[in-house]
Amino acid sequence: MLSDMTFGQYYPSESPVHRMDPRAKLLLLIVYIVAVFLAKNFYGLAVCLIFLLLAIAFSRVPVRSVLKSVKGIVILILFTFVLNVLFYTPKEGDVVLFWRVTVQGLVSASFFALRIIFLVMGSSVLTLTTTPVSLTDGLESLLAPLALIRFPVHDLALIMSIALRMIPTLAEETDRIIRAQKARGADFESGNLVSRAKALVPVLVPLLVSAFRRANELGDAMDARCYAGSSKRTKYKKLKFSYRDLLALLVTGALLAGVILCNVYAYLLPVLY
Amino acid sequence: MRIVADGLTFTYNRKTKFAKKALDDVTLTIREGSFFGIIGHTGSGKSTFIQHLNGLIPVESGTLTVGDLDLSKGKKTDKKGLRALRAKIGMVFQYPEYQLFATTVYEDVAFGYHNFFPEKSKEEERAAVFAALRTVGLDDSVADKSPFDLSGGQKRRVAIAGVLVSDPEVLVLDEPVAGLDPAGKNELMALLHRIHDGGKKTVVVVSHDMDDVAENCDALAVFSEGRVVMTGTPEEVFSRRKELEELRLDVPVTRKIADALAEKGLGNAFPLRSDDFVRKVAQLYRGKRV
Ligand SMILES: Nc1ncnc2c1ncn2[C@@H]1O[C@H](COP(=O)(O)OP(=O)(O)O)[C@@H](O)[C@H]1O
Ligand SMILES: [Mg+2]
Repeated sequence: MLSDMTFGQYYPSESPVHRMDPRAKLLLLIVYIVAVFLAKNFYGLAVCLIFLLLAIAFSRVPVRSVLKSVKGIVILILFTFVLNVLFYTPKEGDVVLFWRVTVQGLVSASFFALRIIFLVMGSSVLTLTTTPVSLTDGLESLLAPLALIRFPVHDLALIMSIALRMIPTLAEETDRIIRAQKARGADFESGNLVSRAKALVPVLVPLLVSAFRRANELGDAMDARCYAGSSKRTKYKKLKFSYRDLLALLVTGALLAGVILCNVYAYLLPVLY
Repeated sequence: MRIVADGLTFTYNRKTKFAKKALDDVTLTIREGSFFGIIGHTGSGKSTFIQHLNGLIPVESGTLTVGDLDLSKGKKTDKKGLRALRAKIGMVFQYPEYQLFATTVYEDVAFGYHNFFPEKSKEEERAAVFAALRTVGLDDSVADKSPFDLSGGQKRRVAIAGVLVSDPEVLVLDEPVAGLDPAGKNELMALLHRIHDGGKKTVVVVSHDMDDVAENCDALAVFSEGRVVMTGTPEEVFSRRKELEELRLDVPVTRKIADALAEKGLGNAFPLRSDDFVRKVAQLYRGKRV
């Protein structure tokens, strides 16, 4: 149902990846993304894949959950794939299959598609293993230096954590409202695009009303506790960077090095296509 | 309409880590014209059960028949059949006022009518909408107001009118008095009594208020952890006070007074409904005096 839509939902477990410092995981993801973008050939991507599979294995998250995140962007991937195939500029000696479609075009489009898939899968490992709260804690801590130039880091982190916290709540609420309107004969599945869009009004209006109501209640509750995002606030859960995190970062460093080596010494490796 | 569930079982998020068995072998008959009460602790599966009745949750295992429609698994009900079913089984969710969306009360109430009977004329629609508003005790003048300008109790009545507008044969309500003040509660229960009208319509109500249940229902089912653990008349069910308390459920106040009197050696066959109870007590008093 709708809960499937909130992709990358936290998957509770006690794995080493779950216990890692969120800052380390964020840094690791950034390095991973850089590596995926740097990779110029399938060898580089293979290195990234090994790393990704390792991360999934250590996180003890079912591969199905990770793949589910790709399901959400299948359309996007197909779309870019088709565009890449059609707008591939053929080089000398390329094998034309039909019309504009060449073997090399298909290969390079697959390469870009894999790149997107790897990015999404990597990010979903982070969100599957990290609660929204610790994710924003990590982000806040990483962005802390920006406070020096008066960037409202804490407020931003707060907004983010509230937004993340509210996604499942609103998804649940949407589910409830949809069911209630279905009970009144609402039909969300038939008709053309316009009538389908119109059918959403009875869902969106109550949803907005309830979002505002919740926001008001939350604001009142925070005021009642004299909440003010001052720098003097202490944390209930202190982040701790452990040897495990350092180890993970070293492995990620190796990933980056591996990808760069694959790029530099590409001429030494057998040509795949 | 008679509702018969046999071995109904349902699991949320099946085959995932979050799997949660919400109904476990629920067997239950709600006879036509009944004022049926469903009680049980939070999370016992009451809401899940009632959502099966109009096909919002498809039957996963077991059988369910509503009137002459078989909703059991494998029996494909097409869209038209499902819509006809939903017109006949009015479902009022918990806090129904949170589903109001239209700019006027009239439009909101007419929503269901329009969905169920698109072929009907504007005049027929008007008649149905105003009839529904009057049934819930709202003046014709609120029809042009914005539903968001009404008081909490009025909003809830508008939402209920929005369900009554299709003139359902069965009205199902999930905790209809939750969040209302005592006066609003009494008014709403009186409204349900009027709708039930001595058995002209079947009313199924999920409630936490044992007094309401004892006053109004003619049959009860007690849910616990997805199972039906007791069924019977309110008298039968509430005579099992110990078992109910083990399920962390209360008994009506009349039952408590009767028990307290019995402890003092004044036991008697006290009725459950409060007016009968008072009559009985008055009778006993007079009997003593004479
Ligand atoms: N949409 C849902 N997704 C997952 N679990 C649910 C959902 N709705 C209810 N549940 C679970 O199913 C069980 C029964 O819930 P429910 O039928 O709402 O009980 P009740 O109405 O008696 O409080 C509860 O444990 C609840 O957490
Ligand atoms: Mg419920």
